[in-house]
Amino acid sequence: MASSTTGVKVSGKKPAGDQAETPSRGHAPSPAGPGGGSRFQGSLRDAATAAFVAGVLGFFFIGLRTDIAPGGLDIKARWTAWIVSILVVFAGRLALNLFVFKAERPVTLGLAAQLSGVGETLPGLSKWLVRLLLVFALVLPFFLMTVFPSKQRQFIDLAILIMTYIMLGWGLNIVVGLAGLLDLGYVAFYAVGAYSFALLSQYFDFGFWMALPLAGLLAAFWGVILGFPVLRLRGDYLAIVTLAFGEIIRIVLLNWYQFTNGPDGISGIPKPTLFGLEFSRSEDGFAAFFGLEYAPIHRFIYLYYIILALALITNVVTIRLRRLPIGRAWEALREDEIACRSLGINTRNTKLTAFAIGAMFGGFAGSFFATRQGFISPESFSFIESAMILAIVVLGGLGSQIGVVVASVAMIGGIEMLRNLGFLTQIFGSGFDPVQYRMLIFGLAMVLIMVWKPRGLVSTREPTAVLKEKKRIGAEAVAQGEGH
Amino acid sequence: MVLATEKNAPVGGAAARNWEHDPVLSVEHLTMRFGGLVAVGDLSFDVGRGDITALIGPNGAGKTTVFNCVTGFYKPTEGRIIMRHGPGRQESTVDAVTASGLRWKKEIGSGVFLLERMPDHEISHKAKVARTFQNIRLFGGMTLLENLLVAQHNPLVVASGFTFGGIFGVPSYRRAEQAAIDRAVYWLERTSLIDRADDPAADLPYGAQRRLEIARAMCTGPELLCLDEPAAGLNPRESAELNALLKFICEEHKTSVLLIEHDMGVVMEISDHIVVLDYGVKISDGDAETVRTDPNVIAAYLGVEEEEEIDIPEVLEDVAETVGDPSGIDLKSKGGSSKPKSRAKRGNGKGGKA
Amino acid sequence: MEYFVQQLINGLTLGSIYGLIAIGYTMVYGIIGMINFAHGDIFMIGAFISLAVFLLLTSVLGFAFLPVVLLIVLIVAMLFTSAWGWTVERLAYRPLRGSFRLAPLITAIGMSIVLQNFVQITQGARVKPLPPQIRGGVTVMQGSTEAGTIVVQLSYMQMIIIVTTLVLMTAFTLLIARTSLGRAQRACEQDRKMAALLGVNVDRTISLTFVMGAALAAVAGLMFLLLYGVIDFYIGFLAGVKAFTAAVLGGIGSLPGAMLGGLLIGLIEVFWSGYFTVEYKDVAAFSILAIVLIFLPSGLLGKPEVEKV
Repeated sequence: MASSTTGVKVSGKKPAGDQAETPSRGHAPSPAGPGGGSRFQGSLRDAATAAFVAGVLGFFFIGLRTDIAPGGLDIKARWTAWIVSILVVFAGRLALNLFVFKAERPVTLGLAAQLSGVGETLPGLSKWLVRLLLVFALVLPFFLMTVFPSKQRQFIDLAILIMTYIMLGWGLNIVVGLAGLLDLGYVAFYAVGAYSFALLSQYFDFGFWMALPLAGLLAAFWGVILGFPVLRLRGDYLAIVTLAFGEIIRIVLLNWYQFTNGPDGISGIPKPTLFGLEFSRSEDGFAAFFGLEYAPIHRFIYLYYIILALALITNVVTIRLRRLPIGRAWEALREDEIACRSLGINTRNTKLTAFAIGAMFGGFAGSFFATRQGFISPESFSFIESAMILAIVVLGGLGSQIGVVVASVAMIGGIEMLRNLGFLTQIFGSGFDPVQYRMLIFGLAMVLIMVWKPRGLVSTREPTAVLKEKKRIGAEAVAQGEGH
Repeated sequence: MVLATEKNAPVGGAAARNWEHDPVLSVEHLTMRFGGLVAVGDLSFDVGRGDITALIGPNGAGKTTVFNCVTGFYKPTEGRIIMRHGPGRQESTVDAVTASGLRWKKEIGSGVFLLERMPDHEISHKAKVARTFQNIRLFGGMTLLENLLVAQHNPLVVASGFTFGGIFGVPSYRRAEQAAIDRAVYWLERTSLIDRADDPAADLPYGAQRRLEIARAMCTGPELLCLDEPAAGLNPRESAELNALLKFICEEHKTSVLLIEHDMGVVMEISDHIVVLDYGVKISDGDAETVRTDPNVIAAYLGVEEEEEIDIPEVLEDVAETVGDPSGIDLKSKGGSSKPKSRAKRGNGKGGKA
Repeated sequence: MEYFVQQLINGLTLGSIYGLIAIGYTMVYGIIGMINFAHGDIFMIGAFISLAVFLLLTSVLGFAFLPVVLLIVLIVAMLFTSAWGWTVERLAYRPLRGSFRLAPLITAIGMSIVLQNFVQITQGARVKPLPPQIRGGVTVMQGSTEAGTIVVQLSYMQMIIIVTTLVLMTAFTLLIARTSLGRAQRACEQDRKMAALLGVNVDRTISLTFVMGAALAAVAGLMFLLLYGVIDFYIGFLAGVKAFTAAVLGGIGSLPGAMLGGLLIGLIEVFWSGYFTVEYKDVAAFSILAIVLIFLPSGLLGKPEVEKV
């Protein structure tokens, strides 16, 4: 059962046994010395080590299982699964050793060359690629309706979800990618935005469009409040305090029954209207007004365009900010804070602006989340959300707008696609539920992508001012901010 | 509170002495302690307007600490640092500002700034003191042009309507940005870096990075430029170019220059005024000729046989403590501050000699 | 007064557990300067292994003499959890050594997600209750109020936890201070490149640091299991965050600091629950962290960081 997953995990690891011989990493062809036979032997030995480690690690988890039984806890053995997991690790490891790690011509070599080729031609292509993507995003709902009429609702929903993460990623990119401030509590602002709208609608009957700017402002305000005391902190301290603030906000939302309804959450949050037109079956609804036949999908399409617009605004504002003094100051701050101060930049205000603007976009996205779901509870704003948004930003490449898009589509879209792998039950038996493995695979993907490309998928930086010729700046020159 | 000329400074030749009658910067009774260590003790000197002033001294003499106090990176333990815009000593304004508790007073054509009261960014922004760093601090991932635009942050922020106007692309901001780019180009040309304007700063060779840092500091439009070892690591040709650049800055832009330097060739050639520090106190002050022949300076640089000639027992105690305590040495090897290290080194050297 | 003493005892017990986990954070942070986000989940892994070994010994093999059982559980759990700690370092952190700062943080978060979900899938999402194994204790104080008599108890369980923690702490402090491994660790902490040039096997030292951290986390896991009697795959997150908080509070990189921070966090949590509200105990712990960091950025026992210009 779980054996396949262990296989994936351990197969991702770099040579364990040969660390003494080749301490240097990278896929350089193995030393010329050993002949074919010894290479095979080495691979075999290494695979055996990996299998042994997998056996040790899996013994108490795959081999045994504790369960609640009538008379207390009960422990069951699952030796088959355990042995299968070891064999899978052995085979996977051996294959990797033979064809990738120790092979003279790793099979991944061609792939890597191709990928890097794409990377080099990308700058020239990127302008067109971006336009193409934009057009695709604009027609996406209709594309989905034509191509997948049976699953249109599900796919548009997925597109909305991905777009929400793109927007959150872009928002966080301002704080982490541009200003270089490691924020592990970004979800707090998402929560502030969502709860602002939910509470405004509950207590004051605010509609989505009226609450949206207020939610953004409130989130920005909280960004300043939380940011003010912590901005003196560096690097990881900042990370842990922002994490703590994120948790504090969640705990307060969870326990302040009178105001937030605690863990039960707030339901009945109004849907957005189009200039007062509701997306309902009623006489004065959207469908009736335009003489269309009522279809629930209209509302989803509308939601998609709202989040698309919000995300694009985030993007445009960010791109503009980067070319303004404040944006340059953010990037300069990431590069060298002391130099910034020597040039008369008020670093505290600059950091606060980054926090506030990032938080504002988080607040917008939160409002949207509330109106999309119609129901929110503190559960939606746990640390794992912050981690996912940060992962998207870092995996995409810090500071890169297009990287966020790629990472969101790959991570969120890819994971959600697991829901559609029903055919796997035919292979693994009816007890197999791929959805169960979602987060496991998400975590593995995070690790593997980072190990493969530590600077993220798109790692070059585009200059914000050009005199003669625009040259992209390689990742090795760009600093990552706090805590160097 | 007028600071009398130090006893070491010879009298006479008053006409040429800018730093006496028209100081742009006055450091008065500056003391900086780190825990028990006195890095700078009761130091006073003046920097003349339009002069190139050199602050020299052996390793660990406290020069960089003085710089950090002047530019606001350290808050001095005691003392007053006065920056003046406009001519003269402006005694009455200085006294008024000191008494008032304000940080500065600015009028058209003149201004008095008490740097020890101001945070670092205000010192650059308001008091117009720019600096460079001993271990170059550029924005490595940004292009040369961007580096110089960041230096013009404050005027550009105003021009961009505090960002709001800029987001909507108001024309006044575009004009301001163009002006900023023109200014950047001017300094890139002056420092012969124009060909590399669109390259990231981290890709520049060492000497060019030093020049870029000076160009960046000049883009803030300073009245006083503080350079921390600008010639360190430069080859002779680059050194000569640096001299020319500094003279140009001083003469064409009327910017006063205060520099820390070890390269005596540079110091003696371009300085109008030299202040010599050793163990955090001033041992000599005057023009190149005065300092060159001062026995105290010769002793400090070439070493002395009897340590009594350096007549500051508490400092010697500190030295002994640092040298004797291995943790002190440990500390220095980790960090960038070169002070404890060089003290230890010198102490050891003396020990060997004795 | 009696109530206060009882809370003090409870707080110290909880604090010991946090302290043990915090040592793992602080050692790793000290040596490679990263937040090992997965460390909380290593603690959770330790708790699960302890449970499995315990059940194996008692219900399958029929051992009944509790002290021996617990000793075996402790040793086996430490060994196997160490293997997990070693593997996590090997897979997720070593390939990124010398890479940029955020990359190992992301793999650490990824590893944390992986461990949680791996345990959830293999062991199920439901909580695992274990009935209390060590009962009884000694009465420390007795007092009477209008409401009746209050008995301050120091249970045997609490004694075991506090004593074990003290023993381990002493052992580890000596290990760091006296052995060549400790010296190698401190050398790597100061300057990894230089240590390597001087012949310290940096990779091995770092691996051993992770192994030691994991072993201590396993002890904490076992104690948590025995003290609370309930574990699930999610316990690692909160315990991890709090233990990291403790490490930062005490001054990251400092072993006594980690222990002190752990005790403080435990006390704050227990006293807050005892005198104010249980719901906001985490808020209290986190707020204290923020306040301490803002006014004392290098923690209670950390070396103050001088800004280098």
